[in-house]
Amino acid sequence: MVNFANFWQYIAPLQTALSGDQFNATKMAVQTYKLTRLPYLHDALEPHISTQIMQLHHTKHHQAYVNNLNSALQAHAKAVEAGDIAAQVALQPVIKFNAGGHINHALFWYNLAPADLPDTKIDAAPTLAVEIDKTWGSFDNFKKAFSDVLLKIQGSGWGWLVKDGQQLRIVTTKDQDPVVGGEVPLIGVDMWEHAYYLQYLNGKAAYVENIWNVINWKTAESRFVNGREDVFEKLKALL
Amino acid sequence: MSSALLRTTPALRGALRAGQASAAVSTSFVRGKATLPDLQYDYGALEPHISGKIMELHHKKHHQTYVTGLNTALQTIAEAESKGDAAKAASVAPLLNFHGGGHINHTLFWENLAPASREGGGEPDGALKKAISQDFGSFDTFRKQMNAALAGIQGSGWAWLVKDKQSGNLGLVTRANQDPVTGNYAPLLGIDAWEHAYYLQYENRKAEYFEAIWNVINWKTVASRFEKSA
Repeated sequence: MVNFANFWQYIAPLQTALSGDQFNATKMAVQTYKLTRLPYLHDALEPHISTQIMQLHHTKHHQAYVNNLNSALQAHAKAVEAGDIAAQVALQPVIKFNAGGHINHALFWYNLAPADLPDTKIDAAPTLAVEIDKTWGSFDNFKKAFSDVLLKIQGSGWGWLVKDGQQLRIVTTKDQDPVVGGEVPLIGVDMWEHAYYLQYLNGKAAYVENIWNVINWKTAESRFVNGREDVFEKLKALL
Repeated sequence: MSSALLRTTPALRGALRAGQASAAVSTSFVRGKATLPDLQYDYGALEPHISGKIMELHHKKHHQTYVTGLNTALQTIAEAESKGDAAKAASVAPLLNFHGGGHINHTLFWENLAPASREGGGEPDGALKKAISQDFGSFDTFRKQMNAALAGIQGSGWAWLVKDKQSGNLGLVTRANQDPVTGNYAPLLGIDAWEHAYYLQYENRKAEYFEAIWNVINWKTVASRFEKSA
């Protein structure tokens, strides 16, 4: 995912330099990202996702992506300043992995909700529900298809319900690759082992079955109706 | 299946690689069927470095799933072959690579571990020690580089000490998910960096697992692989 907030900070000084003005690299400020605040408590998704998992997942794993992203962006800014193109290229996969981790987890936390909220019922997504029925025949068929895709992921990765143009699709991304291109991520499910192992051990099918109880369909509906720019504009405030 | 198809289908090359590598641990295949190998030590024998619970789940559940998946993939391929359905056989290649790789990797892994009270831990000696010193500068440098390689894995995967069969040099490689080490590299020592290998004990602190595992490395096995790959 190209983060334009960052992108422009590299382009803007370049344009200045090209226009002949004195380019003072030391003035270049690198944006610092922060851990996304959860819209619920760590224990709010019990018994479907345990408190211990949520605590570690949020305050340790997600935090590590944020820290490593900030370090990589700092190092990248220095490499730009030094004109070290090799170092810049070497940092690209690190930036992609950690920025992807940050984006994916922020999207994930917000497409989950405590099971007792009405937001976790498909009725909270009236427009999206119609499109799901149109695409998969029924909500149950969709759930089966999505669960099947999640369980077939080899290694670490994510499953996503996306809006692609006017159509719905299920896609997977490996490791922390974010959903790229023009697709709108509606629902993301983390299939890394750290997302379920302490509670479900090797029984990932049970994790997939239970996560349906805490999917925030109200968020999915909003993402579906408002589209990609809106999703990422709102996401900015959470990163 | 035409040879042209074999040359031009990347997925099929993956399947062939997995097939070749399986020869290295052929003892665990009985009449063409993969079986879960017995461990040469108890589940609790690697404590406190790897917990008994991790070992039990890792061997009995995770490894077993790869064995089952491999046999299913082989069965599907055999059926497709009997019908002359090359496309169907080729479509199984990613599953064959994943489950076949998982079976090979774990089999090699269990054998290159040993209880700290027996062969586990310490440093290699003899020709292997000399080769490590030559190719990495020192054993300590090698260990640091291997840990850095493990820490750098994005997602699930493995790090391996390998021997380049052509040059004879030692090197470090990482593999994503369950991709096995194949081709010009002989795998000498593998360390599993999947979260299921450490999470119940070390949670997100994977660096601690990568430190602790050196206490249970079976250098006798590694040395024997080094000599046989000559």
